[in-house]
Amino acid sequence: MANFLEGFHQSLQLLLGGDSQLAAIVLLSLRVSGIALAISTAIGIPLGALLGLTRFYGRPLAVALVYTGMAFPPVVVGLFVYLLLSRSGPLGALALGWIPRLFTPEAMILAQVIIALPLVAGFTLAAVQGVDPALRLQIQALGASRWQTTGAILEEARVGVVAAVVAGFGGIISEVGAVMLVGGNIAGQTRVLTTAIVLETNKGNFGLALALGGVLLGIAFAANLLILRLEGRSFHS
Amino acid sequence: MTDLYTLQGITVRYGARTVLAVDKLAIRRGEILSVVGPSGAGKSTLLRLLNFLHPPTSGEIHFDGIPFSADRAATLEMRRRVTTVFQHPVLLRRSVEANVTYGLRLRGQRGDAEALHATLASVGLAELAQQPARTLSGGEAQRVALARALVLRPEALLLDEPTANLDPYNVGLIEQNIARLNQEQQTTIVLVTHNLHQARRLAHRVLFLLDGHPVETAVTQTFFEFPHDPRTGAFVRGDMVY
Ligand SMILES: Nc1ncnc2c1ncn2[C@@H]1O[C@H](COP(=O)(O)OP(=O)(O)O)[C@@H](O)[C@H]1O
Ligand SMILES: [Mg+2]
Repeated sequence: MANFLEGFHQSLQLLLGGDSQLAAIVLLSLRVSGIALAISTAIGIPLGALLGLTRFYGRPLAVALVYTGMAFPPVVVGLFVYLLLSRSGPLGALALGWIPRLFTPEAMILAQVIIALPLVAGFTLAAVQGVDPALRLQIQALGASRWQTTGAILEEARVGVVAAVVAGFGGIISEVGAVMLVGGNIAGQTRVLTTAIVLETNKGNFGLALALGGVLLGIAFAANLLILRLEGRSFHS
Repeated sequence: MTDLYTLQGITVRYGARTVLAVDKLAIRRGEILSVVGPSGAGKSTLLRLLNFLHPPTSGEIHFDGIPFSADRAATLEMRRRVTTVFQHPVLLRRSVEANVTYGLRLRGQRGDAEALHATLASVGLAELAQQPARTLSGGEAQRVALARALVLRPEALLLDEPTANLDPYNVGLIEQNIARLNQEQQTTIVLVTHNLHQARRLAHRVLFLLDGHPVETAVTQTFFEFPHDPRTGAFVRGDMVY
């Protein structure tokens, strides 16, 4: 109990005092997960729409892969990316400039994209499949092109598509195993909220750990609120 | 040229089953052609062809002299000259007005407010323009579906049992609009209906489809009073067993 109270007091001081170390960690978390989410959304929504609205050879396999990806343990994704990027790994060995190196924010972004992409694509797929199939024929009868048809169906499914993005963000901002493995939790370089919480807790710095946890909760809450607000606006327009 | 559509040697097959086989059919510019026949006769399949929503398995369709081909851009262009009102309209999760202007926006047009208002008023929806379309009753939703078709000023309006399951008030309103559209703008109308009285009230000619085959096409009065084919007679009298 004493630990808890003291930690709480300490965390308030850190938060209110605008601790620079804390700020750097928060900013890196937002940057890594923000970029990973942007990439996952840009690929995942069209991918989910494609899988949900078209029939092609290999589609069942692709759908199965996406659904498997949704349930993939992040720490295994981390391990996979680690092996891929390590100096002796298939990508790491190439040593090409555009391939992210291990223990960099870029490697963390890669891992988070692999975690979030199936979430965004899978929930988008489910959302567009939930739209009345008769709608498609009817808007085509009104003169919609293929692109316009896809756009209209995505718009009808917007509640589910927004939920897909929220799920993707939730899946990576709070994830610890993968970023720990491929980022390495290097102070000032790859330390993000979740890995810092683990470290500080292990060191007994409950105040800092709690402060970080509070910020993480706040970010998750604020992001979801923002996305829901955007959704609300498009709903009423 | 007096024929808007000509169909020749048309078949539509699903798997091994032929659900539509129309050797020859011409739909005249400015007429109301009613298509009747039992469920599963291929009426909706015929309308999907006439709206260029899918190609026939074999045969040729010409619209205004233009062949319906696999070319995607040409198909879209043809599709935008006609439209369909379906039995169960699916409206967009938007306002009534946004639903009605949707087809115009697909064409990059805005549509003038006066014409829009006139269309909404003609189907008795002026008061509901801002209401979310998904909150409407069945009759109101069907009138929105008609309005979103009417604002496009299609050269052919295809109606797939547009008044099935509607109350008499809504049936009357929709029939009035169909008749007026045909009289005032000479719009060609293909009306699929289960309601033989409706066919009799509105159509210039009636086509009887049975198992995908046209049994008889005749001027309305002849169709009902002096049917050529005994099966038509049985269908008209309600004696047909199917
Ligand atoms: N997409 C489809 N796949 C397989 N069979 C279909 C399909 N669409 C329609 N059919 C079949 O074609 C026949 C004609 O259907 P339809 O044109 O809807 O008849 P109607 O509108 O006259 O009731 C029916 O037996 C129906 O089961
Ligand atoms: Mg039908």
